[in-house]
Amino acid sequence: MKLTGWGRYPEVEARTHSFETLGQLKRLLQEPEDFIIHGMGRSYGDSALAERVLFSRRFNKILDFDEAVGVVTCESGVTLEELIQVFLPRGWFLGVAPGTKQVTVGGAVAADVHGKNHHCHGCISEWVVSLDLLLPDGRVVRTDATEEPELFRATCGGMGLTGVILNVALRLAPIHSASMRETVIRCPNLEEAFRESEAHREATYSVAWIDCLARGEELGRSLLMLGEHAEPGPLTPTPPRTLTIPFNLPAFTLNRASISLFNALYYRRPPDRVEGRLTPLEEFFFPLDRIRQWNRLYGRRGFTQYQFVLPRESSFAGVRAVLTRAADSGLGSFLGVLKLMGPANANLLSFPREGYTLALDFKITDRLFPLLDELDRIVLDHGGRLYLAKDMRLTAEVFRRMYPAWEEFMQLRERYGMAAKFNSRQSRRLGV
Amino acid sequence: MYLLVLGANSDTAHALAARFAQEERAHLYLASRDRELLEKRARDLALRHQVEVRPLVFDATDYASHAAFYAGLDPKPDGVALAFGYLGDQQEAQQNFGEAKKIIDVNFTGAVSILEIVAADFARRNHGFIIALSSVAGERGRQSNYIYGAAKGALTTYLSGLRHRLCPHQVRVMTVLPGFMATKMTEHLKLPGPLTASPEEAAGHIFRAYKKGRDVVYIKPLWRWIMMLIRNLPEFVFKRTKL
Ligand SMILES: Cc1cc2nc3c(=O)[nH]c(=O)nc-3n(C[C@H](O)[C@H](O)[C@H](O)COP(=O)(O)OP(=O)(O)OC[C@H]3O[C@@H](n4cnc5c(N)ncnc54)[C@H](O)[C@@H]3O)c2cc1C
Ligand SMILES: NC(=O)c1ccc[n+]([C@@H]2O[C@H](COP(=O)([O-])OP(=O)(O)OC[C@H]3O[C@@H](n4cnc5c(N)ncnc54)[C@H](OP(=O)(O)O)[C@@H]3O)[C@@H](O)[C@H]2O)c1
Repeated sequence: MKLTGWGRYPEVEARTHSFETLGQLKRLLQEPEDFIIHGMGRSYGDSALAERVLFSRRFNKILDFDEAVGVVTCESGVTLEELIQVFLPRGWFLGVAPGTKQVTVGGAVAADVHGKNHHCHGCISEWVVSLDLLLPDGRVVRTDATEEPELFRATCGGMGLTGVILNVALRLAPIHSASMRETVIRCPNLEEAFRESEAHREATYSVAWIDCLARGEELGRSLLMLGEHAEPGPLTPTPPRTLTIPFNLPAFTLNRASISLFNALYYRRPPDRVEGRLTPLEEFFFPLDRIRQWNRLYGRRGFTQYQFVLPRESSFAGVRAVLTRAADSGLGSFLGVLKLMGPANANLLSFPREGYTLALDFKITDRLFPLLDELDRIVLDHGGRLYLAKDMRLTAEVFRRMYPAWEEFMQLRERYGMAAKFNSRQSRRLGV
Repeated sequence: MYLLVLGANSDTAHALAARFAQEERAHLYLASRDRELLEKRARDLALRHQVEVRPLVFDATDYASHAAFYAGLDPKPDGVALAFGYLGDQQEAQQNFGEAKKIIDVNFTGAVSILEIVAADFARRNHGFIIALSSVAGERGRQSNYIYGAAKGALTTYLSGLRHRLCPHQVRVMTVLPGFMATKMTEHLKLPGPLTASPEEAAGHIFRAYKKGRDVVYIKPLWRWIMMLIRNLPEFVFKRTKL
């Protein structure tokens, strides 16, 4: 079948299988051909694409919950949405929540995802108590930060290339309300966005939406959104209303005019500053999930998200350079997200590091690829790197400069025979 | 309420069990063959819905075991959902009677064996309901799967008789006639999207029909009309089609 990631580009012809038990998975593993695991396919590019793909969605049982400490043990195909549905009413939430809840636990660990609280609470791997990994020879090993730590550090952020993540014991965070207190601060330009972000470092959740078409004086104008869990209140979530994009919208719907309009509306919506507004939790964390299949908004050819992180000291200059170049190109990025990040962890291929990350969406066009190569150079010059969960085009050479631990990762893959068993289109392109 | 799910490893049965746990706070007996899967599913349903769930090994074609199996249930169920089924391979069944027999045994004989035991108990107690999954394939024999179709047709007939018999005992029997459902049974087939129900969708339909007290239900409304057409095609036309 034809398969893509969330960006709907690239598309591969894949032979697909699925499994619901370890027995079924082991039989698939014994076949000579290599494969990659595909969770919810919310990675944007080709991380979960290959000629042979194993769907993990049926491997989705919740196996244990230790109420005393809030640790859930589940299979890797369980989605974050399911965990929220089951445990939010009991007073538990995810320690780390990415921008969509439609991802699997396995996908979240494999990408070592971060949320709006990265500067306070790190990546999801910091919430993983232990995980069971299926190795190429059919052995299952339990790994955590202290037991088989090498495998743990390679698997979290390892994009499915070290084996199949089976069961995950995940620590949840206690909460007392299904609502958030949200503060929105309007920032007229990039300086202000950085200044306000720094000024509110103590906020648990922090992220800024940037109007990427604003230029000159207004470059980087944005809304900084801060949040805290609300004081004790009802735990029953109000299900947000959803809207479905039923088909691929023709590309012209996303011309500059409509994007500008969208951004302007968004920007004007709140008054200058909204202080501690009560917002349903799911709306705060997953605003895009309310529009099902919004990836179709970018038309038939699809789109990509360019997300990079820069060290703190070069962040401002680097972000300004990228925003300027992107705005000049006129290739219209619909959505820009800027957020500060906390210290890096020890995982070999985890994306976050102390500084700022910027994510920009681009519709796929022929002119886009040279632009992204240019942006790569800016990112490299500023000592940054790209997020593999969003990537579909990075070259092996640039990747190696961005992730110096690539060599250790590759050696580990060779040593365990992983390189012969687990490969994605991305891993082949990146030469790991 | 205690619900006994026969063939609980069916994807549709799993979704239906979840629905009963969610909306009726039903405790569950999950009966099927594959123990590894069964135990996992039992833990999962118990954790998600905070109900009691007991996994039980059960083989529809091990007829001799059925009486003891049912006798072992304590408390006795208030309802039974029967979902086990075997699609089999029509080509294979034409050449090899073993395959044909297996299709008939799982879909029909096994169902009769266990449901008679259930019916006796429900009739005695004047209490209970039965939901059984047959198939639209049983409504007219088609060259592409008439052995499976015949077994399901027999099951549908059997269920209509059982409903008739149990009516005076206030025991309801509901026949479900699914069209296409996207489950592991059909994973290898290309199914037409608009006519295909996900297990959750199917479970929703079945549950609502159960609440309304329906006797015979199709899973997607369109199937009622499709089957009316297929049933009524004159034989001289029908036999020239490729259905
Ligand atoms: C709207 C949107 C918002 C997002 N926001 C954020 C965000 O805020 N922060 C963030 O960090 N990310 C974010 N992401 C990215 C997303 O969280 C990651 O791409 C995540 O990996 C997707 O999970 P998935 O289940 O869809 O995995 P897939 O996309 O199917 O797979 C992703 C990778 O995980 C591997 N994998 C999946 N399951 C397993 C397993 N069981 N064992 C081994 N490997 C496995 C795959 O092989 C692949 O390499 C966002 C994505 C979208 C679409
Ligand atoms: N899928 C469709 O398109 C479709 C269409 C029309 C009708 N139906 C009918 O609807 C019902 C449910 O279908 P489904 O698609 O949900 O099924 P499914 O997911 O394929 O599961 C069928 C289950 O039947 C169980 N089973 C098979 N033989 C058994 C036996 N001898 N004893 C006990 N259990 C046995 C198996 O359990 P174990 O795993 O434990 O062996 C299997 O998990 C079936 O009766 C099917 O015929 C399905």
